[in-house]
Amino acid sequence: MTATVGRQAQAAARANDVWKVYGSGEAQVVALRGVSAEFEQGRFTAIMGPSGSGKSTLMHCLAGLDSVTRGTVSIGDTTVTGLGDAGLTKLRRDKVGFIFQQFNLLPTLSAKENILLPLSIAGRKPDPAWYDIVIDTVGLRDRLDHRPAQLSGGQQQRVACARALVSRPEVIFADEPTGNLDSRAGAEVLNFLRNSVREHGQTIVMVTHDPTAAAYADRVVFLADGQIVSELIEPTADTVLDTMKKLDASAEVNG
Amino acid sequence: MFRATLKSLLGRKLRLTLSGLAVVLGVMFVSGAFVLTDTLGRTFDAIFADAYEGVDVNVAAKPKIAMSEMEGEQAPPPFPASTVEKVRAVPGVAEATGVVAIDGARLIGSNGKAVASFGPPQLGENWTGETDLIQLREGRGAKAADEIVINKGLADAGKVKLGDRVGVLTPLEPKQQFTIVGIFGYSGGRDSIGGSNEIMFTTPVAQRLMLGEPDTFNSVSVKAADGVSPESLRDSVASAVGGGYDVKTGKQLSEEAAAGFKEALSFFNRILLGFAAVALLVGTFLILNTFSIIVAQRTRELALMRAIGASRRQMIGSVVLEAIAVGLIASVLGLGAGIGIGALLAWAFGNLAGGLTLAGLGIPASAVISAFAVGLVITVVAALLPALRASRIPPIAAMQDVATPDRPLTRITVTGGVVSAVGAVLLFLGLSGNAGGNTLVTILGGVLFAFIGVALLTPLISRPVVSLLGAIFAWSVPGKLGRLNSGRNPRRTAITAAALMVGIALVTGVTVILDSAKSSISGLAQDTIKAELVIAGVQSGPRPPTFDPAVLEKAAAIPGVQLVDGEYGDLAVVGGERTWVAASSDDAALRQIFGVQPTAGDIDRLGPNQMLVSTDTAEDRGLSVGSTVPVQLARGEPSTYTVTGIYGSSQLTNGVILPAEAARDFAIPQPIQGFIQLAPGIRVADVQPQVEALLADSPEVSVADRDAFIEQQAGQVDGLLTMIQILLALAIVIAVLGIVNTLALSVLERTRELGLLRAIGLRRAQTMRMITVEAVVISVFGALLGVVVGAGLGAAVVEALKDEGITDLVLPWTQIGVALGLAAIVGVVAAILPAARAARINVLGAIAHD
Ligand SMILES: Nc1ncnc2c1ncn2[C@@H]1O[C@H](COP(=O)(O)OP(=O)(O)O)[C@@H](O)[C@H]1O
Ligand SMILES: [Mg+2]
Repeated sequence: MTATVGRQAQAAARANDVWKVYGSGEAQVVALRGVSAEFEQGRFTAIMGPSGSGKSTLMHCLAGLDSVTRGTVSIGDTTVTGLGDAGLTKLRRDKVGFIFQQFNLLPTLSAKENILLPLSIAGRKPDPAWYDIVIDTVGLRDRLDHRPAQLSGGQQQRVACARALVSRPEVIFADEPTGNLDSRAGAEVLNFLRNSVREHGQTIVMVTHDPTAAAYADRVVFLADGQIVSELIEPTADTVLDTMKKLDASAEVNG
Repeated sequence: MFRATLKSLLGRKLRLTLSGLAVVLGVMFVSGAFVLTDTLGRTFDAIFADAYEGVDVNVAAKPKIAMSEMEGEQAPPPFPASTVEKVRAVPGVAEATGVVAIDGARLIGSNGKAVASFGPPQLGENWTGETDLIQLREGRGAKAADEIVINKGLADAGKVKLGDRVGVLTPLEPKQQFTIVGIFGYSGGRDSIGGSNEIMFTTPVAQRLMLGEPDTFNSVSVKAADGVSPESLRDSVASAVGGGYDVKTGKQLSEEAAAGFKEALSFFNRILLGFAAVALLVGTFLILNTFSIIVAQRTRELALMRAIGASRRQMIGSVVLEAIAVGLIASVLGLGAGIGIGALLAWAFGNLAGGLTLAGLGIPASAVISAFAVGLVITVVAALLPALRASRIPPIAAMQDVATPDRPLTRITVTGGVVSAVGAVLLFLGLSGNAGGNTLVTILGGVLFAFIGVALLTPLISRPVVSLLGAIFAWSVPGKLGRLNSGRNPRRTAITAAALMVGIALVTGVTVILDSAKSSISGLAQDTIKAELVIAGVQSGPRPPTFDPAVLEKAAAIPGVQLVDGEYGDLAVVGGERTWVAASSDDAALRQIFGVQPTAGDIDRLGPNQMLVSTDTAEDRGLSVGSTVPVQLARGEPSTYTVTGIYGSSQLTNGVILPAEAARDFAIPQPIQGFIQLAPGIRVADVQPQVEALLADSPEVSVADRDAFIEQQAGQVDGLLTMIQILLALAIVIAVLGIVNTLALSVLERTRELGLLRAIGLRRAQTMRMITVEAVVISVFGALLGVVVGAGLGAAVVEALKDEGITDLVLPWTQIGVALGLAAIVGVVAAILPAARAARINVLGAIAHD
């Protein structure tokens, strides 16, 4: 299955000259300045950058959670730009999975019900074999009947990951998924994300500002000031850190 | 701290609006009740201020039976014309006019029906010329025996005009025809005074028709000579006429007349305040709930304040400050709305009472004080409870936002059990008649405690019931989520549902009691009344409809009629006590028509000055056959009656029965109901039209077969029931607002969660459905509680009234079904706004930001 990494893969998500401007006049903030990027199928891509560089904004635009000011975004063969609420809902339901920094589980549902929620909403039945694989990989089998309040942070985030995976979306977007976790729980979640890419061909786009987290990815895209400024293939924590330092230095020179 | 509170307050306008709304409604009802009674009170003052304009002193014989405004019009007995002469001779008297004015003159309108009164008197009088008060609008005064003058209001109500030939019903004689020769109004352009109507005959005709004796009057109006004060004239006239007369100044009479109306009004006011109390009880639930939710939502903010050094007192202070701000604003708005509602109701009342000209809108101090007392106190107390609780949570726990763990329900359940038990004991004491003199207070207290107790028990009950109810919807994902949400915070769901419970329980309870009473009484009537046809009318005011006694004899002459009985009734003083007495035109009726059985003496014949009493009355008053009792009727001199028979009491027949002759001295000496028994084998349909024909001149009554009569009588309960239901519907409306409120706050609270659901693919319509299911589950739960509690309370009262003859327990199944169905609709309606809000939530805003 590792073969997929090296494959000249087709893009699961694509941004084409995307601009995003918040507010107007004095309070105007340009969060993205003509970002073009492709996120290949079956790969684990990290978006890195300092705080305020536009990482979350880019992810929201890619996922159809936010509209772009200019440019186009597509997921698989669907053009996201211009879709109405119903279209966006369908897109999110069928093609996109989310993992947020806040674990964002429904407190009223058990872990299992939370995991199956997207499928229930869409009125689909889970593929039992895949469901078993997901549950085993996240290692939650003995916790399935627990409520979120009875789970630790790491466990909750693993439930959120399982929820994103179980419907086999075209692409999963994760915004700082380890931001609220200690390093051990964070490593568990990242391992699990990487495995789902390596072993099951899942496409994941992860926003992070933590070089150690980025090192789990196959590829890192660096954002600064709303623009893509650099890229690393097969990163390690060290190479990521170096790139960041360089970017910081140039930012200081420019600033 | 103060500024931080104000900022947080203004920053959350929606929250402010929602929590304020509950207070506004409660305050609105209370101040509205005060404004209404004040406005109407001053209206009556103004009306009667000049009703005795131009009368300096009035002389009337003392009434034989004292009556309150609620029981009907005072009827001062007639006195000879010589009294007028005596008054005229008193020094200082400029003018003395003999006046006839007795209630019970009814004009038959152009539609052939008697113009009805809903309370104000319908006076039959003698025309004594124009005065400061009475001014002819058209025509002239009455000169011939068949001429009358009527007030403009009456002419309009009966749709008659000058020159018309009209029928007039009077208490003492059958219908007679008159020509309207004049129509008058009152000073200030008024058509009627307080809704009362006046028919003025020539003096001899008025004396014959209204007083029954020629050359008598029932009052003298006196004008003082210049320079003589009414008060001193009153005293000299009083000493001239002697002790048998009430001599009063015009001012005194105005005050008394207004006071009489106000007494009736204060009864009305108490009823309104009762409903205001219900509204407030429901409103309190609402406010309490709102603040609990608000404080829960603010727990984090409050914890942060504590972490950076605010003391517990400052923290509670900040919540109380918010409550005071909300309470103040809401009280002001509620007062404003209350004034509006009061004015609206006063206007409606004025129209109903035949075009009352309202005095200016009155805003009594009581309305303002109660508005602020109720608004502020309730809000602050409601806010204090959750604030105290929140202040006990350690700041770190609150800030870490650990999902507030489910607090155990033990304490609230135990408290609820104790409060319910207290309510049950109070109810038992009140209903079993062991509460001393405070039966009503004890019962009301019991109901209040029962409501609060059940409300406290509701969280516990809500768990299984809500999950059961919700199971109906669990087939779809939104339905399942909605069901889970409604069971999520048992306290919140419980209080919201409890608010609805109160209104529905009251409606159900009252319906159970009235329906049971109705069914028991009509059942009894079915079993006992042995008359195929009944003559009766529907009573609209204090005065019952009557018919010409000649109808009784004529009906008896119809072939196939076996027995005819006319029933008379009046208030009399029997053995020193005011007592309702009855008389039958035929002595045989008691046994043959009403199935009454003797327990002592003879009940088949009743000679002059003989009377029958029921076993109950005999026991109460210690009477036995042969006892003698002094009796004073509305007319005539006191006389002594001898008990000649005692009969078994029943629900329909009870009390004192006098001989037919005595009815002549009743205030209304005409029969109120007639019962006709047919010979075996005679068809009702053959006789009914003939009786109908006899009633042509008695438009107030009609003849119906027995079943229709019983239905008509029992149906009078329905009007009362409808009125109570309409007023209680207000409590239900408040409860519905409570559901809207709770849902809206929950939606706010769950913004992030809703955003997540939308992010993972929940459609807008599904989101709305989820909220709707939650609302429907809560409201149906509330209705279910209300129906159960109400039926329980109603059944308890019915059980207690078993001895009073309410033997059937009727559960209004249709109404219960309607209540539950309505609750479901209410849920859907209540969910509209919160659901729309939930569906419009910005997905990104909800999940990406706090
Ligand atoms: N809703 C918004 N309104 C205005 N400015 C925003 C909004 N969201 C983000 N921004 C601005 O856009 C820029 C990029 O933000 P973001 O994408 O959140 O950065 P990152 O996730 O890389 O920290 C920042 O300067 C931020 O202040
Ligand atoms: Mg970010």
